[in-house]
Amino acid sequence: MNVTLRVWRQKNAYDPGRFVVYPVADVSPDMSFLEMLDVLNEGLIGKGEEPIAFDHDCREGICGTCGLVIDGIPHGPRGATTTCQLHMRAFEDRAQITIEPWRAAAFPVVRDLVVDRSAFDRIISVGGFISAPTGSAPDGNALPVPKTASDLAMDAAQCIGCGACVAACPNASAMLFVAAKVSHLGLLPQGQPERRERVRKMVARMDAEGFGKCTNTLECEAACPKTISVEFIARMNRDYLVASLLERPEGKGAGGTG
Amino acid sequence: MELKSKAPSGPIEKRWEKYRFELKLVNPANKRKFTVLVVGSGLAGASASASLAELGYNVRCFCFQDSPRRAHSIAAQGGINAAKNYQNDGDSVYRLFYDTVKGGDFRARESNVHRLAEISVNIIDQCVAQGVPFAREYGGLLANRSFGGTQVSRTFYARGQTGQQLLLGAYQALARQIGLGKVKMFPRTEMLDLLVVDGRARGLVTRDLLTGKLDAHVGDAVVLATGGYGNLYYLSTNAKGCNVTAIWRAYRRGAAMGNPCFTQIHPTCIPVSGEHQSKLTLMSESLRNDGRIWVPLKKGDARLPKDIPENERDYYLERRYPAFGNLVPRDVASRAAKAVCDEGRGVGPGGLGVYLDFADAIKRLGEPAIREKYGNLFEMYEKITDENGYQRPMRIYPAIHYAMGGLWVDYNLMTTIPGLYCLGEANFSDHGANRLGASALMQGLADGYFILPYTIGDYLATEKLPPVDENHPAMKALQAEVAERTKKLLAVRGKRTVDSFHRELGKIMWEDCGMSRNEKGLTHALKRIPELRDEYHRNVSVLGGSEELNQSLEKAGRVADFLEFGELLCLDALERRESCGGHYREEAVTPEGEAARDDANFCHVSGWEYAGPGKKPVLNKEPLTFEYVKLTERKYK
Ligand SMILES: Cc1cc2nc3c(=O)[nH]c(=O)nc-3n(C[C@H](O)[C@H](O)[C@H](O)COP(=O)(O)OP(=O)(O)OC[C@H]3O[C@@H](n4cnc5c(N)ncnc54)[C@H](O)[C@@H]3O)c2cc1C
Ligand code: FES
Repeated sequence: MNVTLRVWRQKNAYDPGRFVVYPVADVSPDMSFLEMLDVLNEGLIGKGEEPIAFDHDCREGICGTCGLVIDGIPHGPRGATTTCQLHMRAFEDRAQITIEPWRAAAFPVVRDLVVDRSAFDRIISVGGFISAPTGSAPDGNALPVPKTASDLAMDAAQCIGCGACVAACPNASAMLFVAAKVSHLGLLPQGQPERRERVRKMVARMDAEGFGKCTNTLECEAACPKTISVEFIARMNRDYLVASLLERPEGKGAGGTG
Repeated sequence: MELKSKAPSGPIEKRWEKYRFELKLVNPANKRKFTVLVVGSGLAGASASASLAELGYNVRCFCFQDSPRRAHSIAAQGGINAAKNYQNDGDSVYRLFYDTVKGGDFRARESNVHRLAEISVNIIDQCVAQGVPFAREYGGLLANRSFGGTQVSRTFYARGQTGQQLLLGAYQALARQIGLGKVKMFPRTEMLDLLVVDGRARGLVTRDLLTGKLDAHVGDAVVLATGGYGNLYYLSTNAKGCNVTAIWRAYRRGAAMGNPCFTQIHPTCIPVSGEHQSKLTLMSESLRNDGRIWVPLKKGDARLPKDIPENERDYYLERRYPAFGNLVPRDVASRAAKAVCDEGRGVGPGGLGVYLDFADAIKRLGEPAIREKYGNLFEMYEKITDENGYQRPMRIYPAIHYAMGGLWVDYNLMTTIPGLYCLGEANFSDHGANRLGASALMQGLADGYFILPYTIGDYLATEKLPPVDENHPAMKALQAEVAERTKKLLAVRGKRTVDSFHRELGKIMWEDCGMSRNEKGLTHALKRIPELRDEYHRNVSVLGGSEELNQSLEKAGRVADFLEFGELLCLDALERRESCGGHYREEAVTPEGEAARDDANFCHVSGWEYAGPGKKPVLNKEPLTFEYVKLTERKYK
């Protein structure tokens, strides 16, 4: 098959950027989307043109490194699929395909299709953990965890941190990402001691990083390659409310302990 | 050089405890005066960085991905072993030790393996405390499964994403220390060389992948936890960024390379679909519990699998290995697949595939039962191949998966360069010539959480290290050398892309030094690789500049190192004239055609020493002795 790509090219963070059109011929339907870009890049290098920069690593849908907005949809047309797992058979012959980077104020473009998602790491580093220094743990079976809680925690923990939820949200909100971590840890007995402090600190940091507000458009869940449910956002909102109410008597506002 | 293992003696179950007691401690108030540079944020690097920081050391941690959470450990699926014996099925530390020594075909150190088995139980406790959502039974206790043909259920897992969950646990512990200011994290940063001053590892030169800046980092010790080198073969189950650069650069500075030819091939990967193929996807080998492997009896049989009657199929594993059948170990299953494809009986594109058929299992258990057990794998298979594994047999083929070889380390995990440590898949490790399923995650976390934090203290407490700073003349010289290497790659402006060289190198490696190896093939590879390397430095095309994000340049540096390392791997394979574990020499077989180990001549670790550019590296040997597990032949007939 043959396709025509409209690809966002941007030299660096300061360059305004623009779309460039590239025809790609002899695409095999068995190619992955990224392999199709590999072929295009090999051709560009052959012509002395700089290849298109894009992020990727595992190419198995688990590391969360890849992420392209394809025809307006983060990770493209196939549900529950990362860009690296998308195959060309999902497109028609002679398709025109538009490829852009994640667009969000908190994820500045670095070059072409590569963005800076370090804001996610900073959110985790203020509270997205259970404090359990090495060596301090009791026996793994000392504290039984109900299977339902553990399974639900795992549903949330599957987040790959790709940022598609932010890219899909009209407000560029990071609620689904933060809620997934808050829920994963908050559902487990080990996560209880820091539960309130965790949600307060993570939400405060999320706001400080410039992510937008959640207005329940549910676009995040639709774009999530791991189909993480927006119900976790509701769960986090409850936790956050409790945490803020309980914090008030001591005279501290939300995020005040951050 | 002498390879002194420092492995303790005495009763095996007391060795680590006694050794640990004898290690010197750093006064708690002094720990903050030391800086440790940790390269890698996978299971090994993240667990080490977090644990060292918790103890009070200053840590700088580096990874090339945009976040430490994306290290390749994230992709591990199946699980992690631990000798908990929660299932009461007769498991014990000793049994895990025994299985690992034997599974590794007697090419690992007994002392190390026993320590690994002891620590395995602490790892599970640690991970549970961090919130790793391991699978559980209805009563709320931890679940286990049996994995990779072991007779006990000792594998802990988190659905099909065990590596992801363990890594997120370690990453979150690391993130906590980053938040507390004890670890400074350098993502999108690649180590390009090692600084050695007065014979001790003291620093790194790194490249900031966003700006291209070459930075100097100095410290009191350096830890490499940089993962495996399977991508030498171009097509592998590793992530695209996995590389050999860090340990190769350390090798060139004097660290011995241990058993580089010990590579593992995994039998159940999705076959190549065309020239464009960029990586191979692994499917859990648990599929072999219910799937039957076969190829047509006739050569070049182009009929659809459903049209091939039973009596014209060859269930070759069941035929050749009636006792183990489809569950023979990874290396045996892989070689058997290659053998039938070499005979021209392979299936699918290029004849490089064999069927993995669930029809019988579906008949016996019903499709819902199979879906319940393997649903996610069937989905993954369909996503990639567009074929429905319930309706027609899957196609599988072996692929490079894991590197048992790596930098040689002593019992302290220290390389032959004092102050340079190596952890995880990057070291030559405890898996001997063959790693058992679910044991890599265990080893990476054992190294990082529970071994290095003790052993590094002994070094820091006893060494008197003179101050070294970023402006040290040796550092300035090193930075200049690295800059020159980069400049040269950019200056070639040749005609071929980096990937085209990498593909060609991978082909040479796969054909001449893959699943089975012989003198002729290895000699051919040893001639072809230097030729290809020469052409590379004359004809590679790397566009763009050095002072910007330049992904071609990143690849170019890695492939340049692979082009050197591949030669050493082949040399090691040539020198080891025996078949053991993943290393199968066609000249060394039993009369029945099975792998023949040669304990009289090869019961040692090969530690290769760099001898200078263009010179043949020096082979040093660490003899291996077995006091507990008797040297026996692996038999699966
Ligand atoms: C598909 C797959 C499935 C697997 N499943 C299992 C399983 O079920 N059970 C099991 O036990 N094992 C499994 N393994 C093996 C196991 O996952 C790995 O051996 C293990 O995770 C390696 O961990 P590591 O910490 O040593 O390295 P990695 O996780 O590979 O981390 C390497 C780190 O080093 C960094 N790095 C590398 N080079 C440089 C450089 N030059 N400069 C800066 N940073 C650098 C990287 O950025 C990364 O952070 C699997 C492997 C694969 C490929
Ligand atoms: S490259 Fe890892 S998720 Fe796509």
